[in-house]
Amino acid sequence: MKPASFDYIRPGSRAEILAALAAHGDDGKILAGGQSLVAAMNFRLARPEVLIDINGTKDLDYLQPSGDSLAIGALTRHAAFHKPVVDGPLGPLLAKVVRNIAHYPIRQRGTFTGSLAHADPASEWCLVATTLDAEMLIVNAEGERRCRAGDFFKGTFTTAVGAQDLLAEVRLPLLDDGWRSGFYEFSRRAGDFALAMSLAALKLENGRITEARLGVGGVADRAIRLHALENELAGKAPSRELFEDVAASAKAAIKPSEDIHASADYRRDLIRTVVLRALTEAAA
Amino acid sequence: MANKHVITLIVNGKDYTLSVEARRTLADALRDDCGLTGTHLGCEHGVCGACTVLVDDKPVRSCLMFAVQAEGCSVRTVEGLAKGDALHLLQKAFWENHGLQCGFCTPGFLMLAAGALEADPDLSEEEIRDILSSNLCRCTGYQNIIKSVCLAANEMRACPPSADR
Ligand SMILES: Cc1cc2nc3c(=O)[nH]c(=O)nc-3n(C[C@H](O)[C@H](O)[C@H](O)COP(=O)(O)OP(=O)(O)OC[C@H]3O[C@@H](n4cnc5c(N)ncnc54)[C@H](O)[C@@H]3O)c2cc1C
Ligand code: FES
Ligand code: FES
Repeated sequence: MKPASFDYIRPGSRAEILAALAAHGDDGKILAGGQSLVAAMNFRLARPEVLIDINGTKDLDYLQPSGDSLAIGALTRHAAFHKPVVDGPLGPLLAKVVRNIAHYPIRQRGTFTGSLAHADPASEWCLVATTLDAEMLIVNAEGERRCRAGDFFKGTFTTAVGAQDLLAEVRLPLLDDGWRSGFYEFSRRAGDFALAMSLAALKLENGRITEARLGVGGVADRAIRLHALENELAGKAPSRELFEDVAASAKAAIKPSEDIHASADYRRDLIRTVVLRALTEAAA
Repeated sequence: MANKHVITLIVNGKDYTLSVEARRTLADALRDDCGLTGTHLGCEHGVCGACTVLVDDKPVRSCLMFAVQAEGCSVRTVEGLAKGDALHLLQKAFWENHGLQCGFCTPGFLMLAAGALEADPDLSEEEIRDILSSNLCRCTGYQNIIKSVCLAANEMRACPPSADR
């Protein structure tokens, strides 16, 4: 199908985007990579009156370390992460994860921040942001505010970003050399959305886990960070037995969603498997 | 509403000045306004890859981009691959290795492979397979597409196409 008519504006700067968002209120919608929005418009599931195309905004196109985090501007495409973007374990982690997002041509246009703003429950970047506790910079004509991943995601396709807001930047904490990570996703075909996936990061010192991050995605209305299980991992030596226990606890802790692709029971089994595989890869 | 935008697209090195509504996708502008019907439309939501073209040398889904967004960009379609009667090495490899049957998916696969190999001529077979998983083909069973692209990749490495586009 073809999209319904809309007015098109292409601001040249962040300030112009904010002015356009303020001027058009609920009628205006940001167009970033278009890889979710245009598909929805072609089906007329979305019929925005005014599209505010941010692709011409050079001041949102950056990706660089800043202090102890990696600052990701709103125009950073998925494909930017194909090769490690920073020194240390975070770069390879992102390069591993990005291969699971859609397909090569879609990754050339889709954006990191667009994925977060869209908040698909099976988005890989939403899982990364939740597990690593990303910080979001939300701006509008009135001012700006920062918000942590835990307060940012409100549910399926719902976030703290309001109709007049721009998600301008996301910051991921840089990981020092002690950290190792594992990621495992199960989907029906290459490039499909995950039926379940897990990200694990372990900080190892003298054969012991000193800190852990563990998250699961694709199984509920948003990605889930498993704080209690992170605490269970901390202080212990990595072992198959420990990881089996944690994976079983993850399975018991989450009440998974059901859809035509997978029943809740099937997803529970997947949770156990993806958590175990992510942890095992992290410790390998 | 329904304001028309006058835009200039540079397609296969040639300027096309068009008057289009903002809602005109790049795919429809190429087919209906430029008359370049080599770019095919299957699903119109990013899944099948039949509409894949190169925008500033990157393979993208032309059904998920509006023509107004491609203003001033260099767009390359399957019509631009051959040089006169001389087929591109990828086209030759598809021809010789039975990389197509009905041909509906072929323009998309050719542009996907052309863009990916220009960006990284040294892609391994495994990487090529992964990239080719982006597009759908209902006829060939994929094996001959993979074979065609791998063989063409070898030849393109041996004699890189001149950068005259
Ligand atoms: C075939 C196919 C398969 C896919 N598979 C996957 C997959 O496996 N995993 C995955 O994660 N994604 C997948 N996607 C979606 C893809 O990753 C999108 O790129 C992503 O969801 C949205 O990013 P975008 O830049 O394209 O945003 P757009 O489509 O432009 O926008 C999406 C929404 O977010 C809003 N928005 C975008 N940027 C901002 C901003 N900076 N501030 C405020 N609001 C904003 C828009 O207004 C819109 O509502 C797939 C897409 C397709 C077509
Ligand atoms: S028509 Fe564009 S991806 Fe199918
Ligand atoms: S050759 Fe018929 S769809 Fe690919």
